[in-house]
Formats: sequence, structure tokens, C-alpha cells
Amino acid sequence: MKIAVLIKQVPDTEEPRKLAASGHLDRNEAELIADEITERALEVALKVKDGDKKTEIIAVTLGPGSATDALRKALSLGADSAMHIQDESLAGSDAVSTARALAEALRKIDADAILAGGESTDGRGGVVPAMVAELLGLPFAGPLAAVDFEGSKVTGQRPVAGGNQQVSVGLPAVLTVTESVGEARFPKFKGIMTAKRKPINAEDAASLGLTVDHATGNRVLSSAVRPPRSSGQIIQDEGDAVQRLIAYLESEQLI
Amino acid sequence: MTDILIHVEISPDGTPASNTGHLLALARGLGRPVAVAAVGPDDGAVPLGQALGALGAQVCFIAQTEAATNTIAGGGTEALQAALERFDASTVLCASTPDGREVLARLAIRTDARLLLEAQTLRLAGEQLIASHSVFGGNYTTESTLGSSLALVTVASSGTQPPAAIDAPEIIIETLAVNETGCSLQDFTQAQSRAERPELRGAQIVVSGGRGLASQENFSLIEDLADSLKAGLGASRAAVDAGYVEQSHQVGQTGVSVSPQLYLAVGISGAIQHLAGMQTAKRIVAINRDENAPIFSIADFGIVGDLFQILPQLTEQIQAKRSVSAG
Repeated sequence: MKIAVLIKQVPDTEEPRKLAASGHLDRNEAELIADEITERALEVALKVKDGDKKTEIIAVTLGPGSATDALRKALSLGADSAMHIQDESLAGSDAVSTARALAEALRKIDADAILAGGESTDGRGGVVPAMVAELLGLPFAGPLAAVDFEGSKVTGQRPVAGGNQQVSVGLPAVLTVTESVGEARFPKFKGIMTAKRKPINAEDAASLGLTVDHATGNRVLSSAVRPPRSSGQIIQDEGDAVQRLIAYLESEQLI
Repeated sequence: MTDILIHVEISPDGTPASNTGHLLALARGLGRPVAVAAVGPDDGAVPLGQALGALGAQVCFIAQTEAATNTIAGGGTEALQAALERFDASTVLCASTPDGREVLARLAIRTDARLLLEAQTLRLAGEQLIASHSVFGGNYTTESTLGSSLALVTVASSGTQPPAAIDAPEIIIETLAVNETGCSLQDFTQAQSRAERPELRGAQIVVSGGRGLASQENFSLIEDLADSLKAGLGASRAAVDAGYVEQSHQVGQTGVSVSPQLYLAVGISGAIQHLAGMQTAKRIVAINRDENAPIFSIADFGIVGDLFQILPQLTEQIQAKRSVSAG
């Protein structure tokens, strides 16, 4: 079994995140980390490998040079190798351009399963994995709150409005996860040391045969900072807090 | 006037999903709304069309296909493809749901169109469609547009009233053959929730509980308050991780983003990841024991106090008010 896991480097949500005037992420301002949801997707693959050591896991990312850190993290957690798609012409790629690049890279890997996060914490678009599935002619299942690999198929729970779907999909397929699949493990010292010797294969637009069309794609026109919320009235409860809260809600016509 | 196609999702009971009216309202601002749905061969296409007309659809294009009954998002993409051949459409809208995202993602590749993702509002500048987006948990508002002639839009906002009902919408029913090679639906389990509680996303009032509730049993205090206000039920990630409530109630960066008229945060400290999911609420009320909790820095009204004292009284008084105004 060969599993490709899509890894995305994003600004840390523990810190304030900033947009540059262009409307794109200000990478200089941000603490960049591997998106937690992509680490949880990797964890699903690692659990398969825990059960069957012959499983091969390849971490794949599209991003600038800094994204190598996110791939090293994936390797330290137990991925066997990585693929880094990096090209100036791909900077600012929208969802379609990103999906086309990833799909070409994944064609080279020819994995039995492609795992990804259901939506990134920065863009939150949640469409790239399904586009990859369409480009590769594969079924798509996601986002899944529980994933079970059973031979040549995968079953899972897909939360939707009003309940949970139980779904089944044959491999190869593209699968995405919600954070309910469980926390990622922590890297061990040995993992960090061996990660340094694991291969990161470089790809670029030429090696993937891509011509990027930014002109028809999505472009940001303007970006404005939300005015900070001013703190309101804060009271100590001296037995009358409920009365005062109800008076406030009534004065604001909220109840 | 250009046609605006809407990907309609169908609830398990066969009616249009709750966000359909909002999508139709957005579409009405841009052109002629055409509702597009994929249903099973035995599902009532005409009653569905009438229900969509009641929500303001002038035209309903309903594709009947077996795939809609047994495949995830089955027939949705193919129905839109068929509709694009029939109508002169500039734009396709869907809700930012698992099904909507998959359907539009596949449609983008098949039609070589591009996407506007997570739109809050939509407007036309001449012929150009411009979407606004809430970025980084509402810290920024951006506007974006596309260079492609066909715009596919996933809509993150909700709550607008549907446009005026159309009494006799044009209903077109077509049989579609779809390759059922996708992800198959085995079973559906309805969520356990009190029947009348509004959906979290789109609720006018949201009541959320955090770690301060201290146990799953105590979380019922939050549910009682939410129900007294007919509010959506929310929770912080800490409360979800502690097992007080299901993950579907999680508000924040990795959960649901809400923008209600009133957000009541109880026993929630206000971690930056939680704020990212609720700081665009019109009014924020916080109840917390710790006067240094970050939630107070964005609260319009805050109470430093013991939630176990405050919540039962608050619920009781709101119930009393409701019964007076109802009686």
C-alpha cells in the first residue's frame, strides 16, 4: 500500500495572522507550521503503517522554500519520503492551479490512497482535494470524521447537516479528514534524526509539464483590516448580574 | 438578464436544505435564479420544484438519477453540467458544505472554470462578479474576482430571507445517466438533538459553553439556556475535547464560524482559535469566573462571576419572559 499525504504549510493559528497589502499571506510576519489538519491526515496514514510495515508514505507539498520545514516534520513523524513542488511561477496559485500541480505530482507517485485535510486553517476553501480526484479520475470521500482501511476499500463517517453518513469507497481514492480522526503523534528523537536522511524529491512547473494560467484565476482586489472590537461593559456579579444582563439584552433588542 | 445557477442540496426528508433561500436571495441580486437539483428517479420532482419556487426560484432544473440515492454528492456535478448547456449562465452558487464543495470542485475541472471560495457577499461591477470574504477568523475582509467567464462560487454566509415566492415556477425534469464510480452511501444516522433547536450556522443567537462547565452533565445548563433563547448550541474546542458535547457544535478556527446577532460565551476563556470563529458576531456577551479571561476584551457585556449561580437564574428568567410574551 502506497499512501500520499498532502501537507500544507500555514501561519500558526496560535498567533495573530496578517495579510500583506496584496491580500496574500504576509509570510515575513507569520510563524509558519504544518497545518494541524494535514498532520492529522498523516496520522491516519501512519496508523495504517503501524499495522502493516510495508506501507509506504509520501508527504507532498506545494509551496516556497520554507515549506521544506513542514515536509521535514512529516518525515520526522514517519513518512518515508517527500515531494516538494516549488516554482516561482506557481506563487499565488488559486485552487485550480494548485490542484493541477498536485495532480501532476501525484500521477508520478501513483498512490493507492491520497489523504488530505478537509480544509486548511488559512484559506478554508476545502476544494483542492476533490479537484485532484477529478483530475486523476478518482473517487473522492470526505471530509471523514473516522477512516478505516479495509483491504482494497475504505469506509468512514462523513458528518453532514443533521447527521452522519456511513460511506464506502474503493481504492485508489482521494480521502480527506476532519479533526475528529484524532490527534497527530509527536516526533520522537530518533524520528527527527532519521528524517534528515530521508529524500525530499524536488519538482517544478517544467518537470510537471505545467503552464500556469494566473490570468483567468482568482485574484484579490482589496483587503481591509477589521476595526478592533472595543471592550464593553464588564461587571462583577454581586447578585444582580442576571438582572443587569437581561436589561442589557432588552435595551439592545436581543431578546 | 443572465441566469444564476444554484446547486440545491436535499435534506434527508426530501426538502431543500436550510441554506437554499439564502443562496436564492444572493442569486436574485445578480440575475435570474435557476435552482438545480439531482434527485432519485422515484423522488417527487414536482413537489420539490414547487418548494423551490416558494423560496424564490423562477426556474427549477431537476435531474433524476439513481446516483442521487446511493452516491455521495451523486449527480450534482452532472446536473449542473446539463443545466449549463441549457441555460445562458454566468455564475453557479453552492453552499460551503461537503457536498457543495465537491460538486463545484469537480465542475471547475470539467468546465475549465474558476472558483470564488467562501464568499460572504456578492456584487456586480458592470459584468464583473466580486465576492467579499472574511479572512483569518474575521480579522480581514477581502474582495476578489475571477478572470474566467464562468464563475463558480462557494458561499460561506447564511441567514438571508429568501426572495419573494414564485407561484408557478418553470419546472424542467430530465433523466440523467451518471457513472456511479464514486463514494457510496451505506447508511445515515440522524444526529441526536432537540428537534426545535436551530442549526448552529445561521442561528440568530448562539449560546456556547467551554471548559468552565467542568463536566458533560453540567453542559446541560448551556443546552437549557440555548433552548430558552431558541439559540444554536456552540462549544469551545476545549469543551469538545473534554467530551462535554459533540464535535459538530465546535465554534472556532477548526469548527464552525458563526456571525449571529448575539453570541453568549459561557465558561470560555477566549483562546485566539475560538475568537476566530465568533468575533464577527454583532453582540458578544461573556460569563467567566476569571476577570483576566481574553474573552472579556472583545465582549460588549461581561459578567465576572460563577456560571453555576448565574445560568439557572438566567434561563429561568428568560423562560418566564417568553411565557409572558407568549401568553
